[in-house]
Amino acid sequence: MFSYCADPSSLEGLVWLSCYLTTATHMMFYASFGTVLLLLAITAPIALLFGFGGAMALRSRIAPLRWFGGIYTSMVRGVPDIIFFLFVPIALDQGFEWVRHQILCDSDAPVRQGNDFVVCAAAKLPLNSAAPWVHDAYGIFLAVIAFSVVFGAFAANVLSGAMAAVPRAQLETAEAYGMTPRQVNRRVLIPQMWTYALPGLSNLWMILIKATPLLFILGVEDIVYWARELGGSKTSAFAYPHPDWRLYYFLGILVFYLFMTWISERVLGRVTRRLSRGQATMGGEALRKGAPA
Amino acid sequence: MSCLQTIQDYALRSIGYGERLLPREGYDLCQQFTLIGSGLIWNLYFAVLALSFGFVLANAVALAKASGNRWLRGPANGFIFLFRGSPLFIQFFIAYEALVLLPRAGIDVMGITVQTSWLTRAWAGALIVLTLNTAAYSAQIFHGALMSVPKGDVEAADAYGMTGWTRFRRVIWPTMMRLAWPSYTNEAIFLFHATTLVYFSGFPAFQQKGDALYYASYFADRTFNPFVAYPIAAGYFILATLALIWAFGRVNRRLNRHLPGAATRIRYRPLMTR
Repeated sequence: MFSYCADPSSLEGLVWLSCYLTTATHMMFYASFGTVLLLLAITAPIALLFGFGGAMALRSRIAPLRWFGGIYTSMVRGVPDIIFFLFVPIALDQGFEWVRHQILCDSDAPVRQGNDFVVCAAAKLPLNSAAPWVHDAYGIFLAVIAFSVVFGAFAANVLSGAMAAVPRAQLETAEAYGMTPRQVNRRVLIPQMWTYALPGLSNLWMILIKATPLLFILGVEDIVYWARELGGSKTSAFAYPHPDWRLYYFLGILVFYLFMTWISERVLGRVTRRLSRGQATMGGEALRKGAPA
Repeated sequence: MSCLQTIQDYALRSIGYGERLLPREGYDLCQQFTLIGSGLIWNLYFAVLALSFGFVLANAVALAKASGNRWLRGPANGFIFLFRGSPLFIQFFIAYEALVLLPRAGIDVMGITVQTSWLTRAWAGALIVLTLNTAAYSAQIFHGALMSVPKGDVEAADAYGMTGWTRFRRVIWPTMMRLAWPSYTNEAIFLFHATTLVYFSGFPAFQQKGDALYYASYFADRTFNPFVAYPIAAGYFILATLALIWAFGRVNRRLNRHLPGAATRIRYRPLMTR
C-alpha cells in the first residue's frame, strides 16, 4: 500500500503495523464487512416482503393459502433457524439443478443414483467454466434466499400479530363506508399496522444483524472466514510473520457488531417516536402530552 | 442389521457408549433417527444446564441493574450490552480463542495447580458462553418485570410490616417471576435452539461425537440428500420445544395460581428477545 512497505523485514513497531494492516488480503477482509452490510441491505426488504406475503396468506379467505401461512409463520416456533440455513441453500441448489437437468440434458439417467446427486455438465450451477465471481455471487444469492425465508417467517409472525392488533372498530368503520376488503387492507389496515409491528420488527433487525456471522457456515467468504485466515499464526514463510492473533481479530469483529447494535438502537428509537405520533397508544399519548400546546 | 440392533449400537453414541465408528454405508432411516436423536442428548444437556445456571445469574444481574449503587449498575449494564449486542457465534469464537491462551499445564494458585485444559472442550467452554449469554438476555427480561411490579403490591407488603429480604422473597420476587415468565419462556426456547450453534463454533467435537445437527449434517453430506436428515432434526426439535413449552406452562400456572382466570396458556411470541 504505502511506498515504504516494499521490504517488510526492515520495518519496526507502528510502521510495521501500518504496512501489515494494509496488505491485499487485509483489504479483502475489510471488503467482507461490506459484504455483511450488503447482505443486510438486500435481505431486510426481501424478508419483509416474504413476511408480508406470509401474514396476508394467514389472513386469507382461501383455506389452503391460510394453511400455508400458518405453517410458514409457525416455522420459527419449533425449529432452530440454523437448520434452515443449512437446509434451504442445498435444497434450492439441487432444485435449480434438477430443473436445468430436465430441460438441458438429453440423458434419461435419473438424477438421484443411490446416494449421489448427478446432473450433466450443462446443468451445473454455476457452470464449471464460469468466472470465480459468478460462483461467489451465486453463493451470496443462495445465502440471501435462505436468510429471507427464515427471517420472512419471523416477520410474518410479527406482521400477523400487528394486523390482529389494529382495533377491529377501525376496520368495521371502513367497511361501513362501503370499502371493499382490498380497500380496507390498503387504506386502513396496512397504514395502521406499522406502529404495532415496529417493536417486533426492530427486534427482528437486531436478530438479523446478529445472524450474519452464520454466512461463514454457508461457505461465503465473510468476516469470520477472513478473521480465521488472517489471525492464524503466520510462519517466517510469510512476509509478515506473527503469532496466533485470532483473538484480536475476533475482538475487532465484536466491536463492529456492538457498534452496529448500538447505532441501530438509536435509529430505531427515533423511528418508534416518529411512528407513534398521533396514534391511540400509550406512546402516542405521551407524545401528545409532551407536545407544546 | 435390524433397527433394534442399530438403536442398541448408536442410541448413546454421542456420550461415548456403543459403537465407536459412525455408519459408513446404508444410511437407512433407522440409523438417521437413532443418531440424530442421540445427538439431541447434547442439546438437552446444554439447554438444561445453561438455563439453570443462567437463571440464578440473571436474577443477580437484574437486581444489580436495578440497584441504586453505581458500581453495581454499571457492570450489570455493561454485561447485558456486551452479550445482547454481539452475535452468539462470535462470542463462541472469542471464548475459545481466549481459553486456548490459558497455560496448558494449569494455573498455580497458592501451591495448588488448577487444571485449565478442560475449558477448551465443547462441553465446558460452550456451556459457559451459553450460560452467560442466556443470563444477559434473561436479566434484561427480569429487570423489565421488576420495574413493572405494581406499586400497590409493595405498599401492601409495607403495610403488613414486611421489610428488606422478607418483602423481596415473599412479594417482589414472586410477582417479578410471574410478570417475566411468558417472555422468559421465549428466551428458553431461543436458547434451546441456540445450542445447535455449539458444534459450528470453535470448540472441537470430540471423536465424532456431536449434537443433533452434527449428525444431521453428517448424513446430509454423505447422502447428498438434505430432505431426510434435516427434517428429522427439525422434527426432534419441534417435539422438544413442545415439551419445553408444556413444562414452562406448568410453572406459569403455578405462579399465577392465586389469580383466578389469569393463568391462561402462554402465548408464544417470538422476537421479544434476542
